[in-house]
Amino acid sequence: MALLQIAEPGQSTAPHQHRLAAGIDLGTTNSLVASVRSGVAETLPDQQGRHLLPSVVRYTSDGVVVGEGARAASALDPDNTIVSVKRIIGRGLDDLRHIGGRLPYHFVDTDSAVPRIQTVVGPVSAVEVSAEILKNLAARAEVTLGGELSGVVITVPAYFDDAQRQATKDAAKLAGLKVFRLLNEPTAAAVAYGLDREAEGLHAIYDLGGGTFDISILRLNKGVFEVMATGGDSALGGDDFDHVLAEWIMQQAGIGPDADSGLLRTLMNKAREAKESLASDRVATIEVDVRGAAPWRGELSRETFNQLIDPLVRRTISACRRALRDAGVGAGEIADVVMVGGSTRTLYVREKVGEFFATEPLVDIDPDRVVAIGAALQADVLAGNKPEDEMLLLDVIPLSLGIETMGGLVEKIIPRNTTIPVARAQEFTTFKDGQTAMAVHVLQGERELVSDCRSLARFELRGIPPMVAGAARIRVTFAVDADGLLQVEAEELSQGVRASVEVKPSYGLTDQEIADMLRASIEHAGEDIAARRLAEQKVEAARVIEALQAALASDGDELLNDEERARVDGALEDLRKLAESAGEADAIKKGIEGLEKSCEFYVERRMNSNIRKAMAGHKVDEFE
Amino acid sequence: MIDLSKNHFDLFGLPVAFVLDVAELSGRYRELQRVVHPDRFASASDQEQRLALQQATQVNEAFEILRDPLKRAIYLLQLQGVDTDQATATTRDAAFLMQQMELREALAETRSDPNPLARLDDLMRKIGAMLQSQVAELAVQLETGTPEQLESARESVSKMQFLNKLFNEAEALEAELEEAN
Repeated sequence: MALLQIAEPGQSTAPHQHRLAAGIDLGTTNSLVASVRSGVAETLPDQQGRHLLPSVVRYTSDGVVVGEGARAASALDPDNTIVSVKRIIGRGLDDLRHIGGRLPYHFVDTDSAVPRIQTVVGPVSAVEVSAEILKNLAARAEVTLGGELSGVVITVPAYFDDAQRQATKDAAKLAGLKVFRLLNEPTAAAVAYGLDREAEGLHAIYDLGGGTFDISILRLNKGVFEVMATGGDSALGGDDFDHVLAEWIMQQAGIGPDADSGLLRTLMNKAREAKESLASDRVATIEVDVRGAAPWRGELSRETFNQLIDPLVRRTISACRRALRDAGVGAGEIADVVMVGGSTRTLYVREKVGEFFATEPLVDIDPDRVVAIGAALQADVLAGNKPEDEMLLLDVIPLSLGIETMGGLVEKIIPRNTTIPVARAQEFTTFKDGQTAMAVHVLQGERELVSDCRSLARFELRGIPPMVAGAARIRVTFAVDADGLLQVEAEELSQGVRASVEVKPSYGLTDQEIADMLRASIEHAGEDIAARRLAEQKVEAARVIEALQAALASDGDELLNDEERARVDGALEDLRKLAESAGEADAIKKGIEGLEKSCEFYVERRMNSNIRKAMAGHKVDEFE
Repeated sequence: MIDLSKNHFDLFGLPVAFVLDVAELSGRYRELQRVVHPDRFASASDQEQRLALQQATQVNEAFEILRDPLKRAIYLLQLQGVDTDQATATTRDAAFLMQQMELREALAETRSDPNPLARLDDLMRKIGAMLQSQVAELAVQLETGTPEQLESARESVSKMQFLNKLFNEAEALEAELEEAN
């Protein structure tokens, strides 16, 4: 038996240890998990050798079933089996009425802004359903890789708005996962292809999944993936092909719109089968058992199918045209079109995309797996496993962000396709004499009218000093981070008063709701909450200590004098001792904050030194 | 923090000038982002992540301004104390104003055209060419930077703002027509 190794106190056991990381493609129809092993990114199968996990969750009184087992029961137990949850996540009840097709769930009225589906175990939100899928995939990865994941990259459609991104991140939090980054699906696909081929230049990624469509135009230059424009439709996908097909079957077979949800599910399944068979056959045969009537049998030719889906495919081509315009390039300048998503197996889609870009679309990486593979490559880089890696992704926001002004109009503050992270400020003023409060309504979308855009949040700015109308100067700042998530701040400038800001997400779970769900799931697992928080803070302290030690080793001698070095070392030692002895999470948290404060000057100095080094190769006189 | 007293040109190690090599600027932008981007700090402390976020945001902002000729011109005028407030933007060039009216009429007429999208495309090309010629004028005006030249530059900026507004309206109409299609 091998001897257990014990490290000297204060030393990291293995400074260059490979950290386990995974990329998760949380799809509408199927989900996957992938990881980089021995330098190769690959999707991880379950114990039965299946790579795709159907994104289906079934709630039973005996527990939660995820994947194939749940999908098999979807027609038998439609009320407790949630499919295509991605179409619901981050959306309000009003939105759901606008989504195409029928949603066979019973939504319950609650005080929360987030819709809940009634199941045998009580009401569940889309965030909780998604968390079940994430937990299942993370567990698969941890079993396969043989250890705990240090973090994950989760992919989202580029066209996901702020509420949908926030909800996805909340689901990961609920599943107990650290999210390194939310990565846009087309960008992930570009990484999988680009690194494979070392292809420089302009590329289009056409990503048609089960419920979402994205088009992205990227430039790849020496390992930097720069997204130039992105567009799409977060409620358009292969499911819609199934819907129009199912409606066609209903029409042909004389099935009325009052059919029960079990039959509707069956029709959707039949439609999907027919669609899939038409990828190789010219004609599909469809048989449907109708209760209380003779079974219906019919044929669907590829031509009829193409006609049925043509309006949907044309909508995607219009989005491609807009994305090219935003990127400022012509269709002819695109070197490659990469096809992503299961719905690009439909031949008519390939044909129309090929026609538009005048090039044969690339389909050689499995369109179901390419996104997860790209996410795994990014996760490996973000985990710090490849410090010398040249890869960098520069992404954009898909939709413009703005606030409501007088007359129900939207004033854009950050236009779509702006590279993130980004911060922009705009000044506004009061409308009435003596006005002391202002309602700020944050919106996302391209249209001019508030009613045509998506409401993200509302908050009130209070404590504005009373002045005549138009004298107050209120600065509203929008900041979007590298995950594409928005933060809004408002401040009154004329008298230097910083007024209170309270953000209420229009469609998101509140922090309290998430905390409650988290507590419930921990209690359910029989864990002690205080012990868990303490353990988390200890891990966090170790992470901070390790990062600082690594920094000191690389440039501490160069950037710090003896006195400063002694100060940093002392602060480091304090936190190390505290983390060892403290019995309370809050004490360690304070200690971490203390260390960060005393080392702030050093961290800033490092960053500036790196910037100087990066620009040192260039001289102003290169241009003279 | 990146030294805030530095102007955007200094940040990229470029001379303060209107004419610049966009490829060179883009190259330096990528090099800077390689150093400051939050992805480089995904496993670092919260503090480093916050700092990286601020710096990457600032590099993006500077790049956005320098890359776009109109924003670059406005920025250069600001550095020289010339006000380019959009609300007070004016031009005394009667011929230009006349041309603007004609373009607006042409835009309104595209709706009733048998092939509105093709007509719109022509119009947008025309506006694009006019924008280009203003950029060429700015290069001359901002080169010498005499008070008279700066005043002309301010007027060129106003003209570009007119043209951009028109272009945006054409784009909005195009989106509307495509949606109705």
